[in-house]
Amino acid sequence: MISIDAVRKQYSETVEIGPVTLDIPSGGVTALVGPNGAGKSTLLTMVGRLLGIDEGAIEVAGYDIASTASKDLAKILSVLRQENHFITRLTVRQLVGFGRFPYSKGRLTPLDEQKISEAIDFLHLDELESRYLDELSGGQRQRAYVAMVLAQDTEYVLLDEPLNNLDMRHSVQMMGRLRDAARELGRTIVVVLHDINFAAHYADHIVAMKNGGVVEAGPVAEIMDGAVLSRVFDTPVQVIEGPTGPLAVYF
Amino acid sequence: MDDLRTRTAPGSRRLGGPTGDDHLDISTAPTDTAEDIAPLGVPHRSRSGSGAFRDRAAQVRYWIVLGALLVLAAGFALGLLAIDNPMPVGSRGFWLIAEMRATSLVVMGVAAFCQAVATIAFQTVTSNRIITPSIMGFESLYTVIQTGAVYFLGVAGVVALQGTGQFLLQVALMVALSVALYGWLLRGKYANLQVMLLIGIILGGGLGSVSSFMQRLLTPSEFDVLTARLFGSVTNASVEYLPYAIPLCLVAGVLVWLNARTLNVISLGRDVCLNVGVDHGRQTIYTLVLVSVLMAVSTALIGPMTFFGFLVATLTYQLAGTHDHRRLLPVGVLIGFVVLAGAYFVMNHVFYAQGVVSIIIELVGGTVFLVVIMRKGRL
Repeated sequence: MISIDAVRKQYSETVEIGPVTLDIPSGGVTALVGPNGAGKSTLLTMVGRLLGIDEGAIEVAGYDIASTASKDLAKILSVLRQENHFITRLTVRQLVGFGRFPYSKGRLTPLDEQKISEAIDFLHLDELESRYLDELSGGQRQRAYVAMVLAQDTEYVLLDEPLNNLDMRHSVQMMGRLRDAARELGRTIVVVLHDINFAAHYADHIVAMKNGGVVEAGPVAEIMDGAVLSRVFDTPVQVIEGPTGPLAVYF
Repeated sequence: MDDLRTRTAPGSRRLGGPTGDDHLDISTAPTDTAEDIAPLGVPHRSRSGSGAFRDRAAQVRYWIVLGALLVLAAGFALGLLAIDNPMPVGSRGFWLIAEMRATSLVVMGVAAFCQAVATIAFQTVTSNRIITPSIMGFESLYTVIQTGAVYFLGVAGVVALQGTGQFLLQVALMVALSVALYGWLLRGKYANLQVMLLIGIILGGGLGSVSSFMQRLLTPSEFDVLTARLFGSVTNASVEYLPYAIPLCLVAGVLVWLNARTLNVISLGRDVCLNVGVDHGRQTIYTLVLVSVLMAVSTALIGPMTFFGFLVATLTYQLAGTHDHRRLLPVGVLIGFVVLAGAYFVMNHVFYAQGVVSIIIELVGGTVFLVVIMRKGRL
């Protein structure tokens, strides 16, 4: 479980996140949704210890992220930012290999190689594993980054807008693989999503944020409600029953 | 490079195709061993490299490059030692002359080692391939320290500090100043490449102006002492510093080398570092300390060489074909030596123009710098 206790981050006198108190259950996919500037990515990067917190505490699987050694946390929790620019030229497989650093410290063992292959196969990158990242399309590259954090073999995986710049087909594939990773590999996956319908279909829990605070949190069925969503997004939203589940219609 | 793979079941899984029965059951239990691969039903085939090289071809190419560089380095070194030696080969006089020339080869080796290792490590921790310690004003810092010493202490004070003590003190000062300055500059919220480059150039220019201002106020005799110190070249290096310079740069170089696997992660940037549990801030400062030791040794020995490090690092990335610092650093050092020794060899024995070697290296390095910026179209 990820428990966030009265966490606050102050950017300036008027811009602040929190205080946020939230428990994200173990297992399954949890989607963070909300309007722009709600603090979704900030909260995610704070849980992923990429951004310091001003007040409060965050515990992941019982470990306080501020006091636990970063190298130990790296075996429990992995986090992927939206933007990734590398100065070095890497192949997909070399990149995924870096996900094993917490275990191997750079000396890859046969077990590491196996985990790398598994992560690559899991995201259907096996045909591309010897390509350099700059030879890939945006969607393929995004899959390679996700493969890196899956190879890290952590119980908790945090992804900041993994569907950014992906088209419909690749978005559906990516979310499908993430849901599979949660179900088959027993991971707890927390994603920031923009599209409420993706969250409704693929996530198990939805956390809705607005103005730097959590306004709604619960199972999909609870959040997928016209009144709730209208309040969160400040836009009239209707929820209808689609062929594969509830759909939010906002125009 | 598909031809390098041996696929036993071609097309058994198409990208993006239906996942259906090629569904993988991956267990994450820590008891997994390599034997578990087989029952997974993955078509067995050789995979591409997850280590330093993409495939065997890249690895072979690397060793060929390394071998060629070794041959070139040995060739230039021998050429510099033996060609134009007026004494008959093998005589006592021949060896005496060769021994004297060997000193400048050692100086070249130290300079190449320092500049190559420092520049590659610096570019890695700052996540860019444009700025170098020299461009960021490390060497102007040297000039300021030298000038400041003469300005504030006068000739008498300087003479008291002369020699190896002064050399070590100066290295320590440079390390302290550069870590304070660049540690703050490169890690804060201003850690963006354009801003850093601008600040680096302004710092370089500013420190240069401070030095010239202090130089104006010196008496002619003090200025004379100072000029003798600021003047540096391979043939005019202060040989008495070598017994201290060599161990210093070797220790710093070995420490960088031992940290090479971590440097590989650092090159992926702060977020990836923190994600895999590498303390990015501490590693950056640690590497910057080592970089400033190397730069201080190099600058104190042969004086400022603004674009040499950039030239060496850029050539290294092009020729080595890997991201792995354990492979990059040896190639970098060899390229540095080949460039320096080659330039001296060509200047001494082809154009008979000994004095302009560093100018030529700077010219070539500066041109490469411009070409790289133009070609990339961005920083």
